[in-house]
Amino acid sequence: MSKLPARPLTITNGCLVLPGHADPVPGALRIIGDRIAGIGDVTPGADDVVHDARGALIAPGLVDLGVFAIDPPAFHFGGISRAALMPDQNPPLDHPARVRFAAYSGKPDFWVHPLAAATRDLAGSEMAEIGLMKEAGARAVATGRRWIIDTGVMHRLMQYCAMLGLPLIVHSQDHGLSGNAVATAGEMATRLGLPQAPAEAESIAIARDLALVRMTGARVHFRQVTTRAGLALIRAAKAEGLPITAGITPAHLFLSDVALGGFRTFARLSPPLRCEDDRQAAIAAVGDGTIDVIASGHDPRGPEDKRLPFADSQPGMAGAETLLPLSLGLVRDSVISTERLFDLIAANPARILGVEAGALRTGFEADVMLVDPDRPWQVDSSRMAASAGNTPFDRLPVQGRCVALFKGGRLVDQMKG
Amino acid sequence: MTSPENLSVRRPASDYPPGSMAFPHRHLLGIAGLQPWEIEFLLDEAEQWVDMNRRPSKHDGRLAGLTLINAFFENSTRTLLSFEIAGKRLGADVVNMHAAQSSVKKGETLIDTAVTLNAMRADAIVIRHGSSGAVQLIADKVGCPVLNAGDGTHEHPTQALLDALTIRRRKGKIAGLRVAICGDILHSRVARSNMICLSTLGAEVRVAGPPALMPPAVETMGGTPCRDFAEALDGADVVMMLRLQNERMQGQFIPSPREFRHLYGLTDAKLALAQPDALVMHPGPMNRGIEIDSHIADNIERSAITDQVEMGVAMRMACLDVLTRRRRGVEGWT
Repeated sequence: MSKLPARPLTITNGCLVLPGHADPVPGALRIIGDRIAGIGDVTPGADDVVHDARGALIAPGLVDLGVFAIDPPAFHFGGISRAALMPDQNPPLDHPARVRFAAYSGKPDFWVHPLAAATRDLAGSEMAEIGLMKEAGARAVATGRRWIIDTGVMHRLMQYCAMLGLPLIVHSQDHGLSGNAVATAGEMATRLGLPQAPAEAESIAIARDLALVRMTGARVHFRQVTTRAGLALIRAAKAEGLPITAGITPAHLFLSDVALGGFRTFARLSPPLRCEDDRQAAIAAVGDGTIDVIASGHDPRGPEDKRLPFADSQPGMAGAETLLPLSLGLVRDSVISTERLFDLIAANPARILGVEAGALRTGFEADVMLVDPDRPWQVDSSRMAASAGNTPFDRLPVQGRCVALFKGGRLVDQMKG
Repeated sequence: MTSPENLSVRRPASDYPPGSMAFPHRHLLGIAGLQPWEIEFLLDEAEQWVDMNRRPSKHDGRLAGLTLINAFFENSTRTLLSFEIAGKRLGADVVNMHAAQSSVKKGETLIDTAVTLNAMRADAIVIRHGSSGAVQLIADKVGCPVLNAGDGTHEHPTQALLDALTIRRRKGKIAGLRVAICGDILHSRVARSNMICLSTLGAEVRVAGPPALMPPAVETMGGTPCRDFAEALDGADVVMMLRLQNERMQGQFIPSPREFRHLYGLTDAKLALAQPDALVMHPGPMNRGIEIDSHIADNIERSAITDQVEMGVAMRMACLDVLTRRRRGVEGWT
């Protein structure tokens, strides 16, 4: 572990994104060691390092729930200070040693919260050593980017996770319906001649897992809920009081399957992009609180995985850099407030992982980001901080940029100019 | 055996915009995106080659010195042969590349293969590949015209063109005809290209198949989905049967070939629902006794299946000629 910063840090002249305030509040933030010590009307001490925010938003560093690679340059560009690493690694995170190694891999500038593989080899048949992986630092359990076919296995898994008090992060795609599909059934998939699966593959999977939640009381996070029918099930289950949460990625909020046109493999995702009606339903679900988390799903993949015929390419997108600007669009479009946005991309993911971060609260880890919410820039897949430029948003003009990022009170990245 | 009379109506050349405006595309990747007059231009261009191909001396040297590579990543007999003959009759140096003999088996990526073919200075590349979109991927990387000879379950444009030519020559027109396309629609690139092509040319296209083999949203490609085979056949002027593509099926889509024949096989009783002079077509290879009964396939009064093969060569000659005009410096093709 790195040493704590010796002198306190005060960030002045900014607008604080605070819990309980829909809109940012002018003020300052004082950090002592790696913790937030004062918020709002604070004056720097005589010995303080003072950082002038120059009117930028002072916001919590983002907590990205569900990434597939540890890619610090991309995360820092995007204002992400912590990420939960999916177990879909090679080899998978199904062993305590691998979990412990992953947990230390980004420190000190970036924190990785490994997600323990629910089953050995992510094969969906035998439970992995979840309890030992919890000891090794796993904050949650995940089924990976696949569905556990065997309902008996899933039932026992939920019972076990409930006993350990670990949330279970699931991927909702019924296997029988989805098979080898790479696109959602509809006009686009038919025109392109791609293997397709009905969107209902998602809601069928969610329905089963909700029934198991009722039986076991497990805390389940549905990592990506992307269809109108799936979101309706989540909404009803929340009203019923089930201990569940749901997430989505900006791709599913801002793109429909039309993006597959021309066989663009950067738009090959899992779950696949949906129709426009599902996309509209997802935006509405962010607005009404059905969705709790927006995550990047960061999965940088080079030409060897992407420059292939569509169905032969690997799913996934480099999303870390675009998470913040695209999500800020929801505030500009008046779908949500700034406070709620940071619940979705910082506070809620931190709460699910059980870490004292993701919000500007006294005593919380000083993961702080300065954001210029209006700064324009253009996404360019050939010039990205990520280890690969597979973004489906190539050439899109966006607004909002992290201008400085502090991890545990230390400045780890600052935009030049 | 005598060939049926040609009822085709060719447009006078003056009907088309001059030079490359008549067909401004660099590649032929699909029927989608082609204007009706562009399709008709290609059909009209093919007529001369049908005539030439029936003469004892079948040679025209206009592609002399050009190298045509047929890169087939998926097995094919008739399409490969058809392109090879088309290229040779136009005087091109034709080279066939079979995936089985190539470095593809050694793990070379498609893009690397494409770049290699390009470096060998091919003047036109014909590609068949088992994955939808693969041909477009290659077309984006090479400097010469690319012709799609079938990519996965996406498109097979020269098949749709040769089918349109066959129909036009046998029926004298395409607009207003009722065409039934039946069988395994889901896995058929021929069905997709034909739905778009024939509906663009004004035909009423009906589509029928077992529900598991019918893709959604065919109506957006110009097809009208039918509840059953009989509804599709009712009063049809053209009946196009498709092969059951077992090799593309993952899982069971129909209970058995026998049952498929019972419900969707073209028998005399089924054919009686169509017009008395309805034309029967099949892109081949046929599963005789499954989607089509042998004696229907072999009935030259009704079946246009051998016509289709004949038109295939002429149609591909027209495509190769038109797409290489720019390269050959034909006047007006810049």
